[in-house]
Amino acid sequence: MSGFIPHTPTEVQEMLDFLGIHQVEDLFISIPESIRLARGALELPSGISEPDLLCRMRELADKNRPNPEDLICFAGGGAYDHDIASSTRSLASRSEFVTAYTPYQPEVAQGVLQALFEYQSLVTRISGLPISNASLYDGASALVEALNLCVSQNKNPLVWMSQGINPSFRAVARTFAAGTGHEIVEVPLNNANTIWPFNSQKIPGVVVVGYPNYLGVVEELFEMLEYSQKNDVRIVFVYDPVAVSLLKSPGSLGADVAVAEGQPFGVGLNFGGPYLGLFSVKSDYVRLLPGRLVGETADSEGRKGYVTTLRAREQDIRREKASSNVCTNQTLIAITAAIQLSWLGKAGMKELAQRCYSGTEYLKRLLVGRPGPFSLVSNRPTIREFAIRTPIPAELVVERMLEEGFLAGIPLNRDFDGSDVHGSLLVSVTEKRSAVEIENYVNAMERVVK
Amino acid sequence: MSIPLMDGHASEPTIFDLSVPGRSAASFRTTGVPHADPSETIPSNLIRTEEIELPEVSERDMVAHFTRLTHRQFSVDLGAYPLGSCTMKYNPKFADVASTIPGLANVHPCQPESAIQGWLELMTTLERWFIEITGMAGATLQPSAGAQGELTGLLIMRAFHENVGRQRRNVIIPDSAHGTNPASVTLSGYKPVTVRSGPDGLVDLDALEALLDEDTAGIMLTNPNTLGLFEKDILKISKAVHEVGGLLYYDGANLNAIMGVVRPGDMGFDIVHSNLHKTFATPHGGGGPGSGPVAVTSELVDFLPGPKPAVIGENPDGSTRYGFVTPSKSIGRIHSFHGNAMVFVRALTYMLYYGGEGLAEVSHTAVLNANWLRKRISRSYPSAHDATCMHEFVCSASSLKRSTGVRGLDVAKKLLEYGFHAPTVYFPLVVDEALMFEPTETESLQTLKSLAGALDEIAEIAHSEDGHDLIHRAPTHTPVTRLDEARAARSLIPTFDASVEMERNQLND
Repeated sequence: MSGFIPHTPTEVQEMLDFLGIHQVEDLFISIPESIRLARGALELPSGISEPDLLCRMRELADKNRPNPEDLICFAGGGAYDHDIASSTRSLASRSEFVTAYTPYQPEVAQGVLQALFEYQSLVTRISGLPISNASLYDGASALVEALNLCVSQNKNPLVWMSQGINPSFRAVARTFAAGTGHEIVEVPLNNANTIWPFNSQKIPGVVVVGYPNYLGVVEELFEMLEYSQKNDVRIVFVYDPVAVSLLKSPGSLGADVAVAEGQPFGVGLNFGGPYLGLFSVKSDYVRLLPGRLVGETADSEGRKGYVTTLRAREQDIRREKASSNVCTNQTLIAITAAIQLSWLGKAGMKELAQRCYSGTEYLKRLLVGRPGPFSLVSNRPTIREFAIRTPIPAELVVERMLEEGFLAGIPLNRDFDGSDVHGSLLVSVTEKRSAVEIENYVNAMERVVK
Repeated sequence: MSIPLMDGHASEPTIFDLSVPGRSAASFRTTGVPHADPSETIPSNLIRTEEIELPEVSERDMVAHFTRLTHRQFSVDLGAYPLGSCTMKYNPKFADVASTIPGLANVHPCQPESAIQGWLELMTTLERWFIEITGMAGATLQPSAGAQGELTGLLIMRAFHENVGRQRRNVIIPDSAHGTNPASVTLSGYKPVTVRSGPDGLVDLDALEALLDEDTAGIMLTNPNTLGLFEKDILKISKAVHEVGGLLYYDGANLNAIMGVVRPGDMGFDIVHSNLHKTFATPHGGGGPGSGPVAVTSELVDFLPGPKPAVIGENPDGSTRYGFVTPSKSIGRIHSFHGNAMVFVRALTYMLYYGGEGLAEVSHTAVLNANWLRKRISRSYPSAHDATCMHEFVCSASSLKRSTGVRGLDVAKKLLEYGFHAPTVYFPLVVDEALMFEPTETESLQTLKSLAGALDEIAEIAHSEDGHDLIHRAPTHTPVTRLDEARAARSLIPTFDASVEMERNQLND
């Protein structure tokens, strides 16, 4: 066998002799004979060479048409087309980070552990909450873990979930609620603002609010925050980690848990994954934290070092009483984010958000600033994306815009049934979009709806 | 002997320590977009007044910092990583190349189906390979890791029982199971019930039959189990569980032992997850991203998560048309988008490279390597069970501990000095002083011989006069020596800010 199995026939024979057997198959005698497969029984093609398989993958890539390289992206919805620093790409692809396992032996895993410690430190500064874990799978799983944490803490399984939360996140929360028994009530929007049922008889254990929400809107929050504090309700913020460079942090507004999709920090579009769940909490909840947590300590000679800590929360020790079942998470993506955030730095982070805001405002002005075929779903403030109504179905707009060389946005259908948002188009502008691209986009939009 | 480039003994400052006000590495495009002032639209009570304190570093300093961190990190690319249950095999570099093909990597997850035909074909192809390898009928790629796959499978189990009006309460788990199993069962709303292993390390059939009743939703098994032993009574087990209306869940963490040898579906399992980051060589990334696809029998395909990729027809030119469909009784969505898609690319390249027969060769060689190493080191480290193992085995340092005081953890730490990663220690819980080795098929006989040599030498040192102290001090040729884990938990310092505050308080004391 060539490839990644190094054994020569002579060596295999030496090993068989050492074991006192005639063939490797003899090692499988504990498997009932009736179900053992004959060699070659799998109905799968034969192996192909490295160049051949790379050609095959390029052929598959070519079937994604138009070529994404030729498609100017105005879609967001939790997946944003940001520039990635060359240094981030280079460092994050170093094989010491890429091919390591979870840091079970900290003496030889200080690289990953310290990078995660720095990641946690960065996330706490962004969220304004003092504790961050070492990452979760994605924004949706971070939301699920937030609900689990809050309910296990205050034992009230009633969740008020704003319909302004990413519809996929809401769908994932519903899926997992089938196991946990959480009662999730989705609270509708009016003019893209959540209409909280403050007069409801039943007080929820948890409220979940988008910041900004999925439609890009900065909602009115203070009445909800006051209500929650007065009634001992846990507050979960689902925030946009870029937008909070311009907005007060979730922590400073009273969030108990803040979760986010961390993809904007150096992670490509990647057809939706792997991405990164940012998760941070008030210090009261540290012992309920899901996933890994890295802490600073010292070695036997007094030197600073890092370990995974408060391990007693975790599934491999606490088993059925664990705060979460998370084991493998998204370490490499967390490290990638830490590198990109270090590259952006204090000034760059603000600049990034400001540029997204400026581009979005420019697009908004050109699209709806004068009488024309498009109108805003809401006139409330936005940071980096907004929803518009289109004179022809949004799906048709998107299909036609592909031919014009644009990914026009995301049609809002799923999980918006019965809402005034249904059928609109969500558009987003990042720092990558030039004035000319924005102008061309608007011209093309006007053409395709004629 | 020491690990090259890993014996620098100075601590690496944090990125925050390197920060100097006014420095920046960032650079932005020229866009010509007119500036807009956020204070014109954002309410003043929500607008940020102080900037986020990210570090201010030059690109040169930043690159040096993270590069030095990589010199403080062990990895598969550096040396053998026989960490049991983790399948730390070599990760082919062609997968790195494939996962950066722009036509795959630069695709937005919300693009319309017409523009992602390549991705949909890729995902359905990967599903087909996975289904054939496991002997199942349908699959989902959405789960991001094994644990999420487990919970997905258990929610499918729950939906299935509820659909036929069965009230079930318990899921049976062997005492040797991975910790994720009981944790996932709790999150699925079922109660985990432990079945004990017999003296042979296998599920005790009588004990299992005593637990099976009308409350049994199913059983979760790893086969081969975490002791590296094949549950030879699996057909009896599956018959007994099915007879009470329960389902069998296969924890695929150990799939590397049986590809092309036997299939979970043929053993009677109903639901299977696999860790693409183990068996199919996608890199672990220091603890993710993984991918934990789940496959099920034809009886359960309607419950799979959705939307899922599928063949939906034919194009006018005769080519296959792909789209997303949601199964009729779907448990719903698991991932924000479609799963860890770039991991699918890597796993598919690995499968294409080996093909069906090659995958069988992978499992054969993994099992050969494990058995060779098990026998070779058995004098110093006797196996927990004197049986042929599959792709991994558990031996014990308990006799070494009795005679020298050197524990399993000490052996693991000492091994680091020889340039090998340690085995998994103290798992499974049913073996005293457990050392769990999984060499994988990609380690050569020469590597196995040096590993065995190192382990023998450690046992010899342990028996020498100062042996206990010497080994207890290990590792010494590593970037740090043994770390005080109790202190980390006692006075928690989870961020740079907490570290600064701690130092300030100590100065004031």
